[in-house]
Amino acid sequence: MTLSTQYGSTSQPEAGGESSPEKLLAPVLSAFWDEEKSWTLDVYRRHDGYEGLRKALAMSPDDLIAYVKESGLRGRGGAGFPTGMKWQFIPQGDGKPHYLVVNADESEPGTCKDIPLLFANPHSLIEGMVIACYAIRSSHAFIYLRGEVVPVLRRLHEAVREAYEAGYLGENILGSGLDLQLTVHAGAGAYICGEETALLDSLEGRRGQPRLRPPFPAVAGLYACPTVVNNVESIASVPAILHKGKEWFRSMGSEKSPGFTLYSLSGHVANPGQYEAPLGITLRQLLDMSGGMRPGHRLKFWTPGGSSTPMFTDEHLDVPLDYEGVGAAGSMLGTKALQCFDETTCVVRAVTRWTEFYAHESCGKCTPCREGTYWLVQLLRDIEAGKGLMSDLDKLNDIADNINGKSFCALGDGAASPIFSSLKYFREEYEQHITGRGCPFDPAKSTAWADRTEVNA
Amino acid sequence: MTTTPSEGVSLGMPHLPAPDYPDDVRARLEADAREVVARYPDSRSALLPLLHLVQSEEGHVTRTGMRFCAEVLGLTTAEVTAVATFYSMYRRKPSGDYQVGVCTNTLCAVMGGDAIFEALQDHLGVGNGETTEDGKVTLEHIECNAACDFAPVVMVNWEFFDNQTVDSAKRLVDDLVAGAQVEPTRGAPLCTFKDTARILAGFPDERAGAVEASGSAGHASLIGLRLAKGEAAPARVVHPRGGGAPQDQPHPEHLSSHDAPQDTSASDPAHPAGPVAEEGE
Repeated sequence: MTLSTQYGSTSQPEAGGESSPEKLLAPVLSAFWDEEKSWTLDVYRRHDGYEGLRKALAMSPDDLIAYVKESGLRGRGGAGFPTGMKWQFIPQGDGKPHYLVVNADESEPGTCKDIPLLFANPHSLIEGMVIACYAIRSSHAFIYLRGEVVPVLRRLHEAVREAYEAGYLGENILGSGLDLQLTVHAGAGAYICGEETALLDSLEGRRGQPRLRPPFPAVAGLYACPTVVNNVESIASVPAILHKGKEWFRSMGSEKSPGFTLYSLSGHVANPGQYEAPLGITLRQLLDMSGGMRPGHRLKFWTPGGSSTPMFTDEHLDVPLDYEGVGAAGSMLGTKALQCFDETTCVVRAVTRWTEFYAHESCGKCTPCREGTYWLVQLLRDIEAGKGLMSDLDKLNDIADNINGKSFCALGDGAASPIFSSLKYFREEYEQHITGRGCPFDPAKSTAWADRTEVNA
Repeated sequence: MTTTPSEGVSLGMPHLPAPDYPDDVRARLEADAREVVARYPDSRSALLPLLHLVQSEEGHVTRTGMRFCAEVLGLTTAEVTAVATFYSMYRRKPSGDYQVGVCTNTLCAVMGGDAIFEALQDHLGVGNGETTEDGKVTLEHIECNAACDFAPVVMVNWEFFDNQTVDSAKRLVDDLVAGAQVEPTRGAPLCTFKDTARILAGFPDERAGAVEASGSAGHASLIGLRLAKGEAAPARVVHPRGGGAPQDQPHPEHLSSHDAPQDTSASDPAHPAGPVAEEGE
């Protein structure tokens, strides 16, 4: 394809680079979202639903954990921790109840994969949860769903009801002797509850504030009992691994980042949406196949995995989007939320808004994050309004440095990321706001409808 | 701080205990609460759903509601208040039947969310967190709602209104004020805020057709799948509720209903996810 010049200044990828979507994409979780009533048990079963569970129940729990470990599946919620290893950390024979808690509190700015997944295919999560609970010997599992997505809550309620009725939940599941109760729990609006220990406090009916670790949730999690906390997509990927085999899973992606995953393309692109592909695809490939940036515009900056992952520019179009590739380029794969902004977007405005978000969502427990995010917002608002000083730029960096790595949880690190990375790539743009006494950008030009009137007129 | 303006000057005196619910209301809520508490190994876990439940009774979390939660769970009202004030979905003053939330986190803001929020404030004559005089609409700006591929996004009672424009958002709130039945892009035909809060407390929506409303997936959710199936390169999507031209179609159509026939299915060996499937059998 030759569209690349439209959105990037870097050289073309090597000739012969495969760019046909049929070869580059691999819909697994999303394979039947276009079918009528895709969220129902009937449709799920027609696509081999609950077949992975049968295979899992035929194994011993320890063999099952080993199998998931060998598949190489890594957490899809941001940190990329090996899923099988998390399960293995649960102490066995300790006489305490064990819990599985699925983190469905998808709130990281830019992230929009778990919500469409649960809306169109909730049974993949439920099947994965039954498998996981068999492995870790748990008889009560929870889905902590953020509250602000009622359409998804409706379908989860219905899918859980169907699963109980069909004997995939409840007592003696498929004759295996496994009993499992599943509770769907709606949150109440707090980004911090996506942090796993804050989520556990919230699920215990408290303010969502992170806990000191150790002890880790695997030892003392929900009600101080051994607990696995996994992201929706991680658990939903397990049934396919069991059904189609770990070799099949490892045939996609790379040695250290095997498998398929959901990439969420958003912003000033021609066709925003969900693209499920083997790990390691590049943004250039995704843009090539999907129509590039919106017509007549160029990519300016983007996030590989939500606002908490350091931003990239058009220099990074060929970075393989897997855990190692993105890490080596100075960012994190995160949630694979590819928010793309074109040249009409003011980076100071973007970073100011993200920082306001972190200040709003800071839980207040630790000083660096609570105070630091507050002062970052004051400085950024001044700069955006043309009232900043050159010395403010170093001050921003300094405050971000006092938050990063010094906060109680990763929310603080996330708040520092856009500051560091935008100053690294766009310091001149900050300086323009200061010397020019204001923002040089017209926000009207970056709206979704900015070019529409010209086309229609 | 401890008194409302109607109670006159604050003397720094603490509140008297909140009044209880009327007996019939309390009996009904207690039955619901027992059901909620039974879902958890530890009763305190029921606090968030119970706060949603009392919000479904009065439209916001009142001192009476918090007292109820405290009594049911054996907590102090201070413990309940600490939790109720931490989470942004609990409203602490009377509000409208329809909560209109405009996403103004970075991506939606840049794509037009800021313009939409500003226009709606002018159009409705209310500021952030304020309610129209008729008690119909409460307007607020919200944080990222996990729908960035549908930006700019507006939520009404936590149902998705995707790909909004200034004009479509104004029409939307006009419809709400006029009492018309409004259907989201993704989600069920709107119910009131109180009804929504009951679903959040964990009581399934029992309206016929509510679960299947709006189809399997939104258009953006299907874009990658279509490409992978070798279906025609996606056309530039102009959403019915958006669009410069005022086509007044309140019911967004899913592309799946009028797309070209699919030439491969997931079970077809030609399908990318198909052939390798047998390996692991």
